Amino acid sequence: MVRKFGIIAVALATLIISCSGKPVDRAKKNKHTITIAGSTSVMPFTEKLAEHFMIDNRKFVIDVQGGGSTAGIQACLNNTVNIGMSSRELKEEEKTLNTITLCYDGITIVVNPKNPLKALTLQQASRIFSGGITNWNQLGWINRKIDAVTREEGSGTRSSFEELVMKGSEIDDGIMVQDSNGSVKEVVATDPYAIGYISLGLVDQRVRPLTINGVVPSIRSIKVGRYKIVRPFIYVTNGELDEDGRKFVNFVLSKDGQNILKKEGLVGFYD
Amino acid sequence: MIKNPVKKEQFVKWVLVAFALSSLLFLFLIFIFILFEGLPLFHKIGLKNIIMGSKWAPTKGSFGIFPMIVSSFLVTFGALVIGAPMGLSCAIYLSEYSGKRMKMFLKPALELLAGIPSVVYGFLGVIYIVPLIRNYIGGSGFSLLATSIILGIMILPTIISISFDSLMSVPKTYREGSFAMGATKWQTIYKVIIPAAKSGILASFILGMGRAIGETMAVIMIAGNALRIPTSILDPLRTLTGNIALELAYATGDHRLGLFSTGVVLLVIIMILNYIANFGIKRKM
Repeated sequence: MVRKFGIIAVALATLIISCSGKPVDRAKKNKHTITIAGSTSVMPFTEKLAEHFMIDNRKFVIDVQGGGSTAGIQACLNNTVNIGMSSRELKEEEKTLNTITLCYDGITIVVNPKNPLKALTLQQASRIFSGGITNWNQLGWINRKIDAVTREEGSGTRSSFEELVMKGSEIDDGIMVQDSNGSVKEVVATDPYAIGYISLGLVDQRVRPLTINGVVPSIRSIKVGRYKIVRPFIYVTNGELDEDGRKFVNFVLSKDGQNILKKEGLVGFYD
Repeated sequence: MIKNPVKKEQFVKWVLVAFALSSLLFLFLIFIFILFEGLPLFHKIGLKNIIMGSKWAPTKGSFGIFPMIVSSFLVTFGALVIGAPMGLSCAIYLSEYSGKRMKMFLKPALELLAGIPSVVYGFLGVIYIVPLIRNYIGGSGFSLLATSIILGIMILPTIISISFDSLMSVPKTYREGSFAMGATKWQTIYKVIIPAAKSGILASFILGMGRAIGETMAVIMIAGNALRIPTSILDPLRTLTGNIALELAYATGDHRLGLFSTGVVLLVIIMILNYIANFGIKRKM
């Protein structure tokens, strides 16, 4: 019996020791750790950047988490992360944070590849999502209800879309809602009658982007300023970054970093 | 260590009491926490504007969750329509007809059904049921119908196991008495056993409802999450649980409080359902 208690005591002690102290503290002893959290739109690209960065800088550990733009900004304000990611501009009360724009991202309106529709005007797009246009025959296709998909309230992509496309009119309540770029893409890729909007960087052959006012969404058209549905991807920091953080940001803004973003379909600062 | 056996008994007893009470403590803490976060908004916006309001636009100051309450009940009802007859039939078969070997095979299978994670059900729904509905019935497939089917399957284990227990607890003498009167097996089941087990069967339906109304992951994946009250079984809809899970990641300020208010409403609904179910079970005993 005494032995059993002894074993339990040892187990408990080990548990307590292993839990005490923040994981970040332990890692810092021999590694440089940067924690980044926020927008799920920026996250996959930051992960890719971090992977490349860590190949050259073996002593660095970069911890990238999602949570959403607002959560990332909040976490940064509370100093729980070194860098917050946001896919929307900061609101008034968040302006105390420093911002670093890492690139620009186009929002593309996508349909299923089986859909013959090629082009939309900005006004038509707005009317589809506000419930004005509900049938594909209003756009010159078959007589079938449009299965429009939007993002949930509070999403950075949605708020950019509301600002840049809806321009004041509201997104209709009867429209389907999905909670990530990935799920919107999944719905559009599987439903021939669906329409949705996702990051330009995520467009592949499973969905087809529509031209807006005759402009093809592409890195080029965004760069020359012809494609208008564009939002910034930003990193936010609370005060000055420490040396480790600066090293990572410098890499992101360097030619190598920007080239990685470009390969992913985003619009950086170099050609 | 403690040498005196009596003291050791006492020690063990109090340790167990402490752990037993801790579960109560968790319940209490969850309750307090949700009320604490959710009630301020009821005070600010008004109970009626939240529960009866039909417009949900939390970033623009509208917090009506009436469509979601209706939708939650619709999917729950749909799940019952599909799950209850299937579950009850299965329970009757298990308790009255099946032999030992069949039971040995069916019971573990049902337990396995209960153990499948809800995200897997959701995934199956998205991959198979949604396209089937879209191609053969109509609409986008993300609909009340798809959600009801998936939830109907998900509540089967709850309905079957509780109905089965209550059918089995009907005394053997009832059956013998009925057979002695010359009733057939089906007549016995229909006229004697089911009425005797009625309250337990009802309790199983209500607990199944509780499971359906609280299900989140699978529902988000297949319900379509539109904010309007569905007008047909092919329309998308959003449940109370879906609303919380969809928007929590991005919510701040009043928006976040609005989600907690949704949680309060959900908590009240589930409490009422559980109370009714408990009442039903107690009366039987």
